[in-house]
Amino acid sequence: MKSADAIVEVRGLSRTFDVSAPWVSRLINREPRRTLTAVDALDFAIYRGETFGLVGESGSGKSTLARMVVGLIEPSRGRVIIDGVNLAETRDRAARRAVRRRMQMIFQDPFASLNPRWRAGRIIAEPIRAFGAQDPGASGRGKRAVVARVEELLGLVGLDPADARKFPHEFSGGQRQRIAIARAIAAHPDFIVCDEPTSALDVSIQAQILNLMRDLQQRLGLTYLLITHNLAVVRFMATRVGVMYLGRLIEIGETDALFARPRHPYTRMLLDAVPDLTMSGRPRIAIGGEPPNPIDPPPGCPFHPRCPQAIAICKSERPLFRDNVACHLAAADGSRT
Amino acid sequence: MTGPLLSVRALRVEFATRKGPLTALDGVSFDIGRGEVLGVVGESGAGKSLTGLAIIGLLDPPGRIAGGEIRLEGERIDNLPPARMRDIRGGRIGVIFQDPLTSLNPLMRIGDQLAETIQAHKAIGRRQAREQALAWLREVGIPSPEKRIDGYPHEFSGGMRQRVVIALALCAEPKLVIADEPTTALDVSVQAQIIALIKNLTRRHRAAVMLITHDMGVIAETADRVAVMYAGRIAEIGEVRELIRDPLHPYTQGLMAAIPTLDIRADRLAQIPGAMPRLSAIPRGCAFAPRCPQVFERCAERPPLIAVGDRGAACWLHESAPAAADARN
Repeated sequence: MKSADAIVEVRGLSRTFDVSAPWVSRLINREPRRTLTAVDALDFAIYRGETFGLVGESGSGKSTLARMVVGLIEPSRGRVIIDGVNLAETRDRAARRAVRRRMQMIFQDPFASLNPRWRAGRIIAEPIRAFGAQDPGASGRGKRAVVARVEELLGLVGLDPADARKFPHEFSGGQRQRIAIARAIAAHPDFIVCDEPTSALDVSIQAQILNLMRDLQQRLGLTYLLITHNLAVVRFMATRVGVMYLGRLIEIGETDALFARPRHPYTRMLLDAVPDLTMSGRPRIAIGGEPPNPIDPPPGCPFHPRCPQAIAICKSERPLFRDNVACHLAAADGSRT
Repeated sequence: MTGPLLSVRALRVEFATRKGPLTALDGVSFDIGRGEVLGVVGESGAGKSLTGLAIIGLLDPPGRIAGGEIRLEGERIDNLPPARMRDIRGGRIGVIFQDPLTSLNPLMRIGDQLAETIQAHKAIGRRQAREQALAWLREVGIPSPEKRIDGYPHEFSGGMRQRVVIALALCAEPKLVIADEPTTALDVSVQAQIIALIKNLTRRHRAAVMLITHDMGVIAETADRVAVMYAGRIAEIGEVRELIRDPLHPYTQGLMAAIPTLDIRADRLAQIPGAMPRLSAIPRGCAFAPRCPQVFERCAERPPLIAVGDRGAACWLHESAPAAADARN
């Protein structure tokens, strides 16, 4: 794929956090400073109109990555380029603002992401006001156009125009997530980062929200970065999937191919760990162990202590991310692509 | 004794509020056989955790059991004084909660917690209790248990803590283990290990399990029978494979269709319109009727659990179904 199709390009992106003890304790215990590498030298692109799913367990760095992509936290190294603009470096305020308008975020907890003292209408109107993004077709600017746009948005996400006058606590969890989605699409974005958008919801509500997200994607031509630990959700939503482990991308692939033929042993393990609802009795490998502490990652391939196929080189040498997978075994087996 | 291990009949739990009592559980009846794993699924607010708390006598006021009865090996346990109930809890009924940190005392070494529990329910000495504690840590798969036995809970990872909690729940050799969302707080890869552990250990020690979860996949892998709860009632109960393959209640049908799976890539997920009613607004008649695609006149009246073979569904659609045998509940 050409990079011309890319809406988001991530190049050499890293983020470290200082997790040192206070300096007095460091002095007493003669400890050095300690850093945690949450995201380690990532390279990937998200193409226009696709849903890029990012999966990984807690501590894999997926949420840190999402926050860097939208600019909520600054990278330690590397760049995020959105439509050719590097937000962190661009001094041109108009260009930054234009990029900001075009990307939005949906958070996991619809109870925490909506201001409880604001009515739904005001919550949804905020980005419209902030970016002056009333519908170009609407006659006149100002209040009436905003109200009309809010009503239209409520309709788009399956709520009633009268809901604009209600406060967040008057809605159920699923309805709140609909409001968060309405707010996210209010300023006509192209790209939405969705961080565990349905993890806090019950399955029947999850189905409603996922269907809504897909409908809106088709209607509005949206591109999604979908972050989740739920592989079935990724399977349903994503065009391509990236798998993270301990701050690194270990595999990227087209969804169907990745689920049918996972190349990295960790991806295979994740797929095998999903409880088998259909009880098809598919053969599964059980893998022990837990994700290691990211403050003190194992040398070599970070997955080698848990990997059933680990060979000598895995313990000493970090596998390069090549041909969409970071695994010494996959590199040796060149026939698979 | 031949009766069921646990028998819950017409259980009703109410919460006193300023506007009068709210009924949170209404006419919940089921049995758990010896060594059987009963899964209890439902969405948040369906009453699955409350059912577990009512059985172990840990309902927080203003919640209270307002009707029905709970029997363990034939003996009523829903009206016992708190001291007697404490003996049963941890003794004959073990408990595993979602968050292992809430079940563990942060100031006590885990070996001491285990030994204390063992001594509380068995007449053995300290040294023997410690030996048994060590054996349990080994059995739940704590690496180098001789060293870890003197560790504190914060020194363990989430998965290891849940293993300790499982040891705590099982160390008094209970007849029944109530596990409330035991894997929800854990990562997927750890989740599978913990489920396998609960399944194997309870089988080895011949304990029955009431497994409360929102995850139908966990139920499919673990349970013998399932009870599906909706709005404080049991919508459907039956053998796990049959229930998943051929759900009887329209709610179960909707629920199963709404779950995305790894095997099939659907264009759209089936969705149930609306949301579960609040406790203060549970409709008369069938609680699911307002969301039900197959609703008809009969649904204005509340359906009992109707026997369909050896399964049961609280749905009038099955009224005419041949009642070959009484539902096992």
